Amino acid sequence: MTLLTVDRLSVNLQGESGPVALVRDVSFTLDRRETLGIVGESGCGKTMTALALMGLLPEAARAEGRILFDGEDLVTADEARLCALRGDRIAMIFQEPMTSLNPVHTVGAQVAEVLRLHRAMGEGEALAEALRLLDLVGIPKARERLSAYPHQLSGGQRQRVMIAAALACRPDILLADEPTTALDVTVQAQILDLIGELVREFGMALVLITHDLGVVGQVTDRVIVMYAGNVVESGPTETIFAKRAHPYTQGLFAARPRQAGRTSQRGRLDTIPGVVPDPSAVIAGCRFADRCRHAVDICHRQPPPLVPIGADHDALCHRVREWA
Amino acid sequence: MNAAAIAVGRFFRYGNFAIGVALSGLVVLTALVSFVWTPHSAIDIEIVDKFKPMSATHWFGTDHFGRDVLSLIMVGARNSIAVGIIAVSASVTLGTALGLFASARRGWVEEIVMRLSDLAFAFPAVLTAIMITALWGPSVINAILAIAIFNVPVFARVTRGAANAVWAREYILAARAAGKGGLRITVEHVLPNILNVLIVQATIQFALAVLAEAALSYLGLGAQPPLPSWGRMLRDAQSYLYTAPEQAIYPGIAIAIAVLGLNLLGDGLRDAFDPKLARKR
Amino acid sequence: MSAVIAQRLFAFLATLLATSLVVFLVLEVLPGDSAQIMLGVDAEPDAVAALREKLGLNRPAAERYLTWLAGFMTGDLGDSYTYSVPVIELIVDRIAITIPLAVMAMVLTIAIALTTGVFAAAHHNRPGDWGVMLGAQIGIAMPNFWFGILLVLFFAVTLGWFSAGGFPGWEDDPLDAFKALILPAVSLALVQSAILARVTRSAVLDVLREDYIRTARAKGLSKRAALWGHGLRNAMIPVVTVMGLQFAFLLSGTIIIENVFYLPGLGRLIFQAISQRDLIVVKDVVMLMVIKVVVINFLVDLLYVAIDPRLKTAT
Repeated sequence: MTLLTVDRLSVNLQGESGPVALVRDVSFTLDRRETLGIVGESGCGKTMTALALMGLLPEAARAEGRILFDGEDLVTADEARLCALRGDRIAMIFQEPMTSLNPVHTVGAQVAEVLRLHRAMGEGEALAEALRLLDLVGIPKARERLSAYPHQLSGGQRQRVMIAAALACRPDILLADEPTTALDVTVQAQILDLIGELVREFGMALVLITHDLGVVGQVTDRVIVMYAGNVVESGPTETIFAKRAHPYTQGLFAARPRQAGRTSQRGRLDTIPGVVPDPSAVIAGCRFADRCRHAVDICHRQPPPLVPIGADHDALCHRVREWA
Repeated sequence: MNAAAIAVGRFFRYGNFAIGVALSGLVVLTALVSFVWTPHSAIDIEIVDKFKPMSATHWFGTDHFGRDVLSLIMVGARNSIAVGIIAVSASVTLGTALGLFASARRGWVEEIVMRLSDLAFAFPAVLTAIMITALWGPSVINAILAIAIFNVPVFARVTRGAANAVWAREYILAARAAGKGGLRITVEHVLPNILNVLIVQATIQFALAVLAEAALSYLGLGAQPPLPSWGRMLRDAQSYLYTAPEQAIYPGIAIAIAVLGLNLLGDGLRDAFDPKLARKR
Repeated sequence: MSAVIAQRLFAFLATLLATSLVVFLVLEVLPGDSAQIMLGVDAEPDAVAALREKLGLNRPAAERYLTWLAGFMTGDLGDSYTYSVPVIELIVDRIAITIPLAVMAMVLTIAIALTTGVFAAAHHNRPGDWGVMLGAQIGIAMPNFWFGILLVLFFAVTLGWFSAGGFPGWEDDPLDAFKALILPAVSLALVQSAILARVTRSAVLDVLREDYIRTARAKGLSKRAALWGHGLRNAMIPVVTVMGLQFAFLLSGTIIIENVFYLPGLGRLIFQAISQRDLIVVKDVVMLMVIKVVVINFLVDLLYVAIDPRLKTAT
C-alpha cells in the first residue's frame, strides 16, 4: 500500500539571475516497509529531494509538484503541520554525525527531545526511553553515555545517537542522507546493518540516499538513479543490478571500486568523461548527452522521454530501447 | 529571498562602501580646505558675537567666545585626522613588527609577545591617558601616545594570527627549502599576504582612534585650547546647554560622520578583499 | 574545582600581579620623586623632604610595592595627601556610584544587544534586520559622552524628567539615587550594545547554518524553538568573547560618563586627584580600574567554561 507519492517534484533555487532548477520532475512512490535507494553523484539533486520531503529546503529554494504522504500534500502543508510530522512520522539522519549533534547538549537530552516534543513525555520518562533507544542502537554503557557530550563519542557512536533520535517516535519513513559516508570503512558496514535491521524490526519505509551502489545493493528493494536533477533510471534493485539500462547507470557501475566496502570520498566518476552540467545551464536535449558515448543528434536537440523497459523499470533516454 | 532582498543586500555590500568613501572623503577634504580657507578665524575671539544663532554669515552660529562654529569644526577635523593617523601609524608599525617577529620565531618569543599584549588589554586608552597625564600633564601628544599604546597589541595580535596562517602554507615550505631565512620570508611572503588584513584593521582602528581622541579631549586630556578639537567643543557646549543647546549638536555630528565613514570604509574593504566573507554576511 | 578553572584562576592572579607592577612602575618609580611632583617645582626642599618622609618614599621601591599590594588586601592604602583622609574611605564612597552604574550599564547592554541581535538574525535580509543594522552602525559611530549630552538635552533640559547631573546619595532617597544613574547607564549601554548586537547577529546567523540546527528542525522543532533551544547557547560563545572586551571599554567609559553627568564616582575622583597632583590617589584608583577590567575578563573566562562543555572535559 502506497505511503508516499512524489509527483513531478521540482526544486528551484532563487539565484541572483533567475531561478535555477536543482530537481526536475522527479516522480516515485514508496510503499509501507519498502526500502528505496536514491543514487547519484554529489550535486545531482538527491539531497534536495530528501530535504523537500522534509519541508526543510533552504530559504532560497522552492518546491513545486506534489508530495503526497498518507494522502496529505506536504508541498502545500503549513509549517505547523510539517513540524508535527517531522521527527514523528518522517525522520531523517544526515551525513555528518560530527556536526549534526549539538555540541552543548548531552546525548541523552538530544534523544529525549523528540519524545518530549511529540509524545509530551516528562524529562524523566523521556530520558528513560532515550536510554532504551541508545541501548537498542548498540551504544555500549548506554546509561553512562546518556550524560555524555557529543565530542566524547566516536563518529560511529554519534551516528548511532542520530539513529536513536530518529527512531524515537517510530516514524513511518526514515530518510537517511549518506549516513555512512563520513565514517570509517569498518564502521560503515556496522551502521548500514543496524539501519537495515531496525527498519525491518520497526516496519519503517526507508529512503536511503547515497553515491555508493554497494550500499544500495545491500539494503534496498528499489533504486532511483538521479543525474543533474533528473531521475534517469528507476526500478527494482535486482533488475537494475542485473540489467542496467541508462548509459549513466552503466557508467556508475563501471566506476564502482573493485574492492568491497571502498568508496571514493566524493563519489566522483572518473570513468565517465566530462563534468555534470551547471544547474543553470540551458540545455535543449538530454543533460547527460555531452558525457554519453551513445549520444546522437537527437540527444542534443530534444529532451529524452521516459521509456518503460520492463516491469516497473524505466529509463530517461532516447536510445535505451536499442540495447535494453 | 526575492529580487528586492537581493538588491538591498547588494546595496549593503557596495553602497556601504561608497558611502564610506564619501563620508571619509568629506572629512579629509574639510580638513584640507581648512588650511587655506575657513569662513572666519577659528582662533580669534569676538566676545560681542557670542552665541549667535545660525545665519548666512555664521552657518552653524557662534560659540561662547563668539568664534564661528563651522570654522572650528573645519579646523577640528585636522586635529582628529592628525591624531588618528599618527597614533595608528605608530601602532601599526610597532604592532606589526611584534606580530611578525612572534610569528616567525614562535615558541617562547610568541608566548611573551602574546602575554604582553594580553596585559596591555587590561589598560583601556582612557586609563593610559590618565596615567600619562598624571605624570606629564595634558597635551595632544599624550592623547596620541595613549591611543597608540592601546592599539599596539591589537595589531600585534591580528598580525600574528594572519601571519601564522601564511606560515602554514606550502609556498613558505618551498621558500624555506630554497634556503631563505626567516627575515627574508617574512618580508617577501608573509607581509605582502597579510597586507589586506592590516589595511582593514587599520581603517577600523582609525575610526576607534577618532572616537578615543574625542573622548580624551572632552575629558581635557587631549588637545588644549586654543587648538580646536571636536571633543573639546562638546565639553564647552555642555556648560551652555541651557543657553545654546544647538552647540552640543554639530561637533557630535562631525565625530559621528568621521567614525561612520571610516567604519563603512573598513567594512567595504574587508568585503572587497574577501568576497567569500561578504557573501556570508 | 576542575583543572580548567584552576588554570584560569592562576592566569587571573598572574595578570593582577603583572598589571599592579605596571601601575606601580609608571606612577611611582618612573616619575622619580613623587613628593616633588605633588608639591610642584617651586616647593621648599624642606617641605619636599618632609612629604617624602611622610609617604615613606625613602624606603626601597620593592618594599613600597609590597606594602602597597598588602594595602589592597587589608584596605589600608594610606592617607590622601590633599584630602587628609584615608584613601580607602574616598574610594568606598565613590565606588558606591561607579559599580552600580557599571552593573546597570552592563545589564542594559546585554539585554539590548541580545534581543536586537537575535531579532535581526531571525529577520535576516528583511526590513527588521536592516533597521537593526542601520541603528547599530549609527550607534557604533556615536561617542558615548555625546549621546549622554543629547540625553541630558532631551530628557533634562527639554522635558525636565531627569536632572541634568549630580547625585543625591543613596542614604536619603535610594529611588532618587537610582534615577540619577538611569541616563548615565543608558548612554553607556546603548553605544556599547551596538557593537555587541552586530556580533550577536552574525553569531546567530552562523549558528543557524550549522548542521545541528537542521537536525533539530528534522526532529520537528519550529524555527523559533530550534533557534532558542539549540542556537542561542552555541551563538553565545563568540558573543561572550566580545562581551569581555566590551565591558573593559564600558568600565573606562564610566570615567567619561561620570564627567558628563557630574557623578562623584571613581572617574571624577581620579580627575580631581590629577588636578591636585595627588599621585597616591591616582595610583590607587587606576589600579582599582585595572582590577575591575581583569576581574571582568576572569568572569567572562568562567562563563565560557559554563557555556561550552568541550572546555570542561578537554584535557
